[in-house]
Amino acid sequence: MALTREQIAMRVAQELQDGYYVNLGIGIPTLVANYVPDGMEVMLQSENGLLGMGQFPTEEEIDADLINAGKQTVTMATGASVFDSAESFAMIRGGHVDLTVLGAFEVDVNGNIASYMIPGKLIKGMGGAMDLVAGADNIIVTMTHASKHGVSKLLNNCSLPLTGKGCIKRVLTDLAFIEIKEGKFHLIERAPGVSVEEIIKLTEGELVIPAHVPEMTF
Amino acid sequence: MAGFDKVVSSYQEALAGLEDNMTVISGGFGLCGIAENLIAEIKRKGTKGLTVVSNNCGVDDFGLGVLLPDRQIKKIVASYVGENAEFERQMMSGELEVVLTPQGTLAEKMRAGGAGIPAFYTATGFGTPVAEGKEERTFDGRDYILEEAIKGDFAIVKAWKADRYGNLVYRKTARNFNPLAATAGKITVVEVEEIVEPGELDPDQIHTPGIYVDRLIQGTFEKRIEQRTIRPSDNA
Repeated sequence: MALTREQIAMRVAQELQDGYYVNLGIGIPTLVANYVPDGMEVMLQSENGLLGMGQFPTEEEIDADLINAGKQTVTMATGASVFDSAESFAMIRGGHVDLTVLGAFEVDVNGNIASYMIPGKLIKGMGGAMDLVAGADNIIVTMTHASKHGVSKLLNNCSLPLTGKGCIKRVLTDLAFIEIKEGKFHLIERAPGVSVEEIIKLTEGELVIPAHVPEMTF
Repeated sequence: MAGFDKVVSSYQEALAGLEDNMTVISGGFGLCGIAENLIAEIKRKGTKGLTVVSNNCGVDDFGLGVLLPDRQIKKIVASYVGENAEFERQMMSGELEVVLTPQGTLAEKMRAGGAGIPAFYTATGFGTPVAEGKEERTFDGRDYILEEAIKGDFAIVKAWKADRYGNLVYRKTARNFNPLAATAGKITVVEVEEIVEPGELDPDQIHTPGIYVDRLIQGTFEKRIEQRTIRPSDNA
């Protein structure tokens, strides 16, 4: 079975470490915050200028001056700080964020990522995504492995305009956990009940299969 | 008004000298921390052909979006513009020129513009459409592109509190691009929720020193919320 959105978030959460500063993109990455392991402290960075993002506010707590990068009302966790946008991206570009999780339309064997524009269809802008992929060393891309019509999104060459070049090393799809190195995809884990053959069929770019591909555990 | 007193008495006065085809740098992230009354004054004034530099362009009926129906904006430099139907229509029809700029690069362009730095190298956007036509250079094995600073004829800024000398304090994430915009305007106009006397703000807590501020006005704010997300009350 392909992973649900929640399961993708749960698997990403296994990569968290105590004391990590983490930037979570909009969509599935945001859900990762719900699965931080017990007893572990992580601090969420929101690129509009907040380190230490808390949960959504109650009706009484709502504050128009306190939002996240998705423009949702939020609260501040204990020990939070706020700062301007240049400072926020100094943290990001300067490599101070320990883990970045974001979505994508396509990735390819050279670590290129396309996530911000579909010419003629979706032209909303890159927001902070280009800075995030250029600045972070430890990035996990979460995405569906293929389109609804079975067209692979793990490609030899991205077809859409790039968000970043050669910057992605790890991809978690609904079918597999994949590493990118030396111009190839490497299959690390598969979703429970998903066969290696199924993953091969839906991966356009060259995929290296080790002798044993463990199933993900939750 | 005398000496360092930056307070003006009307929005008209606050934006005196803003003319067609000028460049306006705006603070704000989405609808958070926007100079909503200054934007309304630009609409009332009918200034046209503006180049607007702002992370976003408001929504259809609030924020910078209100300048779209009368085609007051000719060109916008922004990182994300996805909340606005009229914007999309003007962009697709070519009536509005849009320069999509990565958010961190946009912030740094303003910072550099205000700090007397004409350009800077960044890895952001290398190998993407953003890099087209830009100088590239390698430092320590990494590839960078040269991005130029931005300055505005005017900067419009929203802060929380100010003293009459224009020392500013922002509140929570309404800070965002505002301190950067404040440095990058030839004329920087700030609207705030409260103006106090010089000496009343703690010098250690000031985010934008008054040297960057030319005009200051106190306003009332709607502070519209774009995505109202809540959790159930703890004692519910």
